[in-house]
Amino acid sequence: MSLSTLLLTPFVGALLLLLVPGNYRVIHRFIALVTTAVTALEALRLFAAFQPGIAGIQFEQSSAWVPAAGFSFHLGVDGLNIGLVLMASLVAFAATCVSWDIERQPKLFYFLLLLMTGGAIGAFVSLDLFFLYFFNELALVPTFLMMGIWGRGENRNYATFQITLYLTLGALIGLSGLALLYSQSGANTLDWVVLKAWLAENPLSAHSQRLILPLLLIGFGTLVGLFPFHSWAAPGYAAAPTATAMMHAGVLKKVGLYILLRVAVPFLPEALHHWMYPLAILALGNILFCGWVALRQRDVLLLLGNSSLAHMGFCFLGLAASGVIGVTGVVLIMVAHGLLAALSFGLAGHLVRATGTADIDRMGGLLKTMPFVGTALIMALLAGCGLPGFANFPGELTVMFGAWKTLPVFVIAAAWGGLLIGGVYMLRAIRDLLHGPVRAELPQGDDAGCWRRVPFLTLLAALIFFGVNPASLVDRITPAAAAVAGVPPVSAPTAGSEPAGHVAVTSSPNHR
Amino acid sequence: MNYSLLSLEILVTLLGVAVLLGDLWIPSSARRLLGYVAATGIGILLTYAVGTAAPPDGTAFGGMFVVDALSNYFKGFFLLSALVVVLLTIGSSESISGYAEYCALILFATVGMLFAASANDFVLMFVALELITVTFFILVSYSRNRSGSLEAGVKYLIMGALASGFMVFGIALIFGSAGTTQFYEIAARQTELGRSPVFLIGLLLTLVGLGFKIAAVPFQMWAPDVYQGAPATTTAFLATGSKAAGFALLLRVAFSAVPDITAHWSRLILGLGVVTLLYGSLCAIPQRSVKRLMGYSSIANAGYLLLGVAAVSLNGSTAVLTYLGGYIFTVLAGFAVIAVVTAQSNSDDVSAFAGLGQRSPLLATGLTVSLVSLAGIPPLAGFFGKFLLLKSIAAHAGSERLYLVALLAACVGVVISLYYYFGVVRAMFWPRTVADLTPIPVDGPTRLALGICLIGVLYLGVFPNALVQGAKQAAAGLVPQTAIAAQPVHAVHH
Repeated sequence: MSLSTLLLTPFVGALLLLLVPGNYRVIHRFIALVTTAVTALEALRLFAAFQPGIAGIQFEQSSAWVPAAGFSFHLGVDGLNIGLVLMASLVAFAATCVSWDIERQPKLFYFLLLLMTGGAIGAFVSLDLFFLYFFNELALVPTFLMMGIWGRGENRNYATFQITLYLTLGALIGLSGLALLYSQSGANTLDWVVLKAWLAENPLSAHSQRLILPLLLIGFGTLVGLFPFHSWAAPGYAAAPTATAMMHAGVLKKVGLYILLRVAVPFLPEALHHWMYPLAILALGNILFCGWVALRQRDVLLLLGNSSLAHMGFCFLGLAASGVIGVTGVVLIMVAHGLLAALSFGLAGHLVRATGTADIDRMGGLLKTMPFVGTALIMALLAGCGLPGFANFPGELTVMFGAWKTLPVFVIAAAWGGLLIGGVYMLRAIRDLLHGPVRAELPQGDDAGCWRRVPFLTLLAALIFFGVNPASLVDRITPAAAAVAGVPPVSAPTAGSEPAGHVAVTSSPNHR
Repeated sequence: MNYSLLSLEILVTLLGVAVLLGDLWIPSSARRLLGYVAATGIGILLTYAVGTAAPPDGTAFGGMFVVDALSNYFKGFFLLSALVVVLLTIGSSESISGYAEYCALILFATVGMLFAASANDFVLMFVALELITVTFFILVSYSRNRSGSLEAGVKYLIMGALASGFMVFGIALIFGSAGTTQFYEIAARQTELGRSPVFLIGLLLTLVGLGFKIAAVPFQMWAPDVYQGAPATTTAFLATGSKAAGFALLLRVAFSAVPDITAHWSRLILGLGVVTLLYGSLCAIPQRSVKRLMGYSSIANAGYLLLGVAAVSLNGSTAVLTYLGGYIFTVLAGFAVIAVVTAQSNSDDVSAFAGLGQRSPLLATGLTVSLVSLAGIPPLAGFFGKFLLLKSIAAHAGSERLYLVALLAACVGVVISLYYYFGVVRAMFWPRTVADLTPIPVDGPTRLALGICLIGVLYLGVFPNALVQGAKQAAAGLVPQTAIAAQPVHAVHH
């Protein structure tokens, strides 16, 4: 049981897939399913074996990669990423399950899906920021190709180019920020553990921090869909094949936030404080503006895309609030929203395929014709409103508490307003899609059969488990959140891990 | 004099002569054999050049010719590039009239590049460049029955002659003011020479000649036309070997001969780099011809490389060398595919690549990997070099606004380049209905060449350590021994 096996599994699966000739479709599907299932089980075991209440890195593995430039292949999980790894592998499994209707070049499709899975998991488990970026880009290229080759709708070409250019520009600006961090810190490395210990002794000057943070915020913010750099998201998800939309909205979009949590909160606290209000206003832009746009949508995929952007607003709000509570809340939302976005895009993909339309006005009474999918969709939409019992509720509540401490009252009030808007469009979607008379002119799509329920049930089970038992996540997150948010650790094991980090630092600069 | 230092150059020349002579005895039906002989010969020399653990450093011709880490680094890549290009020509050996001469000219151009890598004197630099340029005049216009090829040849001839004229005038001015043309001797006196306007004008004119070779703005106008008109294999060699030779010389002049003046002119180089990369990227957008698009992409890449030179640091030079290493594999892979497809369809329009994903998965994968690597996306070879370049620029961005602007311009350039590269990828994979679905046959040598390049692109992307180490060593050797103490700016090692 190690992180490297978890990381390698999808890539091994992808290689195996390449060895199977093109016309054995059943075998392609089987390999992809087994690979993602094994990945998910491994991630579950790691999550269970992860020791809560400890701030340090667990399951750490490290080997030199390009010593000349100070890069190492350093894997490890702490509270910030253990939940994300689990979420990513569950979503990857679900995304593979829903891809049964891919008929053109299925081998290439599953190959790209496994690359995406490997890239996403790699981004979350890498502690060297260079590899974090590396794996994120590795996962993004398959996204673009999948959208282009298997995308849906008239707008496919435009949306694909838009998402490709936006995300690449964002990633590159973020990379420039990382390059600046590398050169300004003087640590001659991007290894997060070494960098953290180094910067604890030699913090960056306020000037450097204020130079680096905007690059990171705009760059990686674009990857997440930070207002006003969000216009790629909703059309992109509407044009992407179901599995790609699930993986990107659920998993890959979280990588940008994760980098910001890892870098901005511990390394650039001064700049984060300096930019707190602008960031909070942009977060409100996401919550209110994208919520308002979602209110006007009559296309179920665009509605979900915009509501997912509104949820990201809460993450940015938590980031602006910073502090232990804020960071914990952000991680909670990231895990919960990953599962939720995958679930809702998966269900919507099923609806669109079954009915042949994404137009809400042409649908209705689907609960009668598709009881299972309808029920699951109601649960997903209610979870999106922040109903207690689903994992999103504790996350949004925690962010609100975090924001209450540091941000002015009008921000909090506006965010509550955003929650109300969310309630309105989610409930309206339930009414228009699922209730009301059955539309006779609509093709009578079949409900999800026994096996096709597996992905939706998996995601729902995880959402409800973390909703009912948020402590299983919070206990793991809080110590790590305290460590990055700069709060002096209180528990004994955390205090013990600090000097160990310092030893690593004092030795490393001498080598370089 | 130690002739063993020149063994590579001598052996490649002999190989070229052997190919020419072989043509006299080998029947025209067995021409292909000459290609195999040339390829095997280069292959053996390549393993010899790369394989020998630590070739002895030294100088010949009274310091004109130098063998060091930098020259060895480049020589490996020149031989590799020649090997791949010869392999690509074997398949079309029947259709090229005068195939033996074509192979021999490639070998002679390679000799010019090998000399360029070792040149430590303005005179040898000029001779090496002329050897490259003159052979390329012929190589570019080799498809005599295609007017495009002839037009490209004439353009290259006129522009090349103009650039050579500038360069030779510059060298005359340098010799007139310094009394020597050797790099180390100039380096030792550069503070005094830096005050002489004649010397500076001479240096500037020399840089014009080098700017032509690397296709940097404002000496770039020949590149798109020549890239489009020349036979695809010639273009491949022009884009890799010739360009790398230009950069080898630029690095030597900039950091071995006049490091102080380079540091002084860093903003000029930076500005040229930014303009070059933006010009190349923007002009590539509307192109329909893939070869022409590669021409503009080659201009844009020269811009990125100039940024690394403008960083004026060990890290910057390392980045340039690493970038070039990955770039050579990447571009050769791309042109291997372009050569096959253009030969098959007699057109280099994007539409000729439509549905390539179904017609030949191997070629489509090859071109996709190449273009994605050119765009600088991990885990391919192009990424790491680009990252090191950005990093070397970022080291100055904290203190100088201009470098921050350059950093952001480079990001914008990469995004634009992704747009036009993806236009080709889209043509290959997107279309759901393609008129022509006949499979494209790929012959053995081309498969081998493509395989070498693709493995190189993937390997260097995932394990760049050896390349970076080599590049760092080579870059460290750039600083002249006598000038190390006087050059704190190069010793800076973040």
